[in-house]
Amino acid sequence: MKAVADSLWKQVREDFPILAREVHGRPLVYLDNAATSLTPRPVLAAMNHYYEHANANVHRGLHTLSAEASEAFEQARDKVQRFIGARGRESVVFTRGATSALNLAARAWARPRLARGDVILVSELEHHANLVSWHIITKETGAKLRFIPLADDGTWRIDLLPELLQGPVKMVSVAHVSNVLGGINPVKEVIAQAHAVGAKVMIDAAQSVGHMPMDFQALDADFLAFSGHKMCGPTGIGVLCGKAELLDDMEPVEGGGDMIVHVGWEESTWNLLPYKFEAGTPPIAEAIGLGAACEFLGGIGLDRVRAHTQELTELAARTLDGMDGVHVYGPLVGRLGPVAFAVDGVHPHDVATLLDGEGIAVRAGHHCAQPLHTKLGASATARASFYITNQPEDVDRLVAGLQVVQEVFGVR
Amino acid sequence: MFADLYQQIILEHYRHPQNVGVVDGSLQVRNEHPSCGDKVLLSVCVDGDTVREVRFLGEGCSISQASLSMMTEAVKGLSVDEVRGLYEKFREMLHGHEPDEDALGDMVSLQGVSRFPARVPCATLGWETLFRALALESHEDNPGQPCE
Repeated sequence: MKAVADSLWKQVREDFPILAREVHGRPLVYLDNAATSLTPRPVLAAMNHYYEHANANVHRGLHTLSAEASEAFEQARDKVQRFIGARGRESVVFTRGATSALNLAARAWARPRLARGDVILVSELEHHANLVSWHIITKETGAKLRFIPLADDGTWRIDLLPELLQGPVKMVSVAHVSNVLGGINPVKEVIAQAHAVGAKVMIDAAQSVGHMPMDFQALDADFLAFSGHKMCGPTGIGVLCGKAELLDDMEPVEGGGDMIVHVGWEESTWNLLPYKFEAGTPPIAEAIGLGAACEFLGGIGLDRVRAHTQELTELAARTLDGMDGVHVYGPLVGRLGPVAFAVDGVHPHDVATLLDGEGIAVRAGHHCAQPLHTKLGASATARASFYITNQPEDVDRLVAGLQVVQEVFGVR
Repeated sequence: MFADLYQQIILEHYRHPQNVGVVDGSLQVRNEHPSCGDKVLLSVCVDGDTVREVRFLGEGCSISQASLSMMTEAVKGLSVDEVRGLYEKFREMLHGHEPDEDALGDMVSLQGVSRFPARVPCATLGWETLFRALALESHEDNPGQPCE
């Protein structure tokens, strides 16, 4: 069985031409997947095919190219719908990425429905996209944020939930998988309890969709936001998936072409879902690329994707935490993708620069989660993040790279 | 591979930074690089046209902290114009020009940073902050405190 699995992942890696390149004379080890994942050939081919064969605008032209472009674009929506288990295609709104998806729901659903004193519940590990988007709304409405605190191991204090959900909690918006601590959060539990008190729930799934199976209907979230480029797709495309009755009840945020039925001098009528929220020419090639990414990952199987990624993530977390002078933030098990860590006596930026010299790409900084870093007591961390393009050898290379870091700084 | 970026002299300044602290009654300027979180509180004493005292409290990578430490040593006693001239030489080096070793002293050790465009802002954080402080200093609304 292991040999079969090894050959599967070897085959998967062959679909990523970039893995053949060297960085500073060493074969690339790409460990920055939580920032953006690498792009496989079928995704590149699907986007190229659009530009080389059907380069036209969608939903407007009567000519052949436009019809083909529209068909490819709408098929991409169907692929996404099936991939995340949305009930209908009208629930799948294309956006610029997870950030604009989160902002869209905050602005179009929450803002008109929140009053002074209302509460939006988030957690202490949120990405800025699921924090600053709410700061804009709280400033405008007088609603306030409340936080699910973290336990020492970086997991949610889910035991406090009943208390946290007391009072006028209208919205709960939380990350499925932390982009720093990597823990898979118990969102199902949160959704059930939040719904019991009448709050709506949005899941920031930027680090989970495409990394583990996703069934929007079974999850029963009200909104789900994610990006294409963290799941083998291109940048510039993401999705806000919402329950159709909620999306239907929301006013558009942007007006323009494609989102209208009729435009008069003084007023217009809105198009049906999902077009109501897709003003202007959409990122056509990018949507087609995202559809291809869904097929690519579906072809591997999301259970396999999750098992492989989680195994490598937990191997890395365990191994790094076992090194002298290295500490891993967050849980060592139940972890998918990101491994944030510290090297005693060496600033994370210096860690990242020296690892780059060894051909290893990691990120250093606050990873768009500054409040979380305040909580961790670190202004910055280094982060290695794993995905399907990685293999166990990458963990060995990372360990060897960290030993170089420790030697250069004389902390070994 | 990149070990040569981290000259011993940089690591020395990183581990044992010079002129750490706050000068009472001095002009104080905070600065932070939002993308990486490097922080500094610089306190500066200018007497007439001369930089009398510079101290800093900082948090960040070895390049930013070592550069701050070296800067505080280098600018003490210089006139504001001399500080400008020195920074010009430092900046040229960071942009790939041959360094003026006599003028730059320890700062020559940061020459390797020129190969890492993403790290150049680390090396200039302290200087940026110093010039902000000097601009305040010359501003009528912010008269500099005389040095103790």
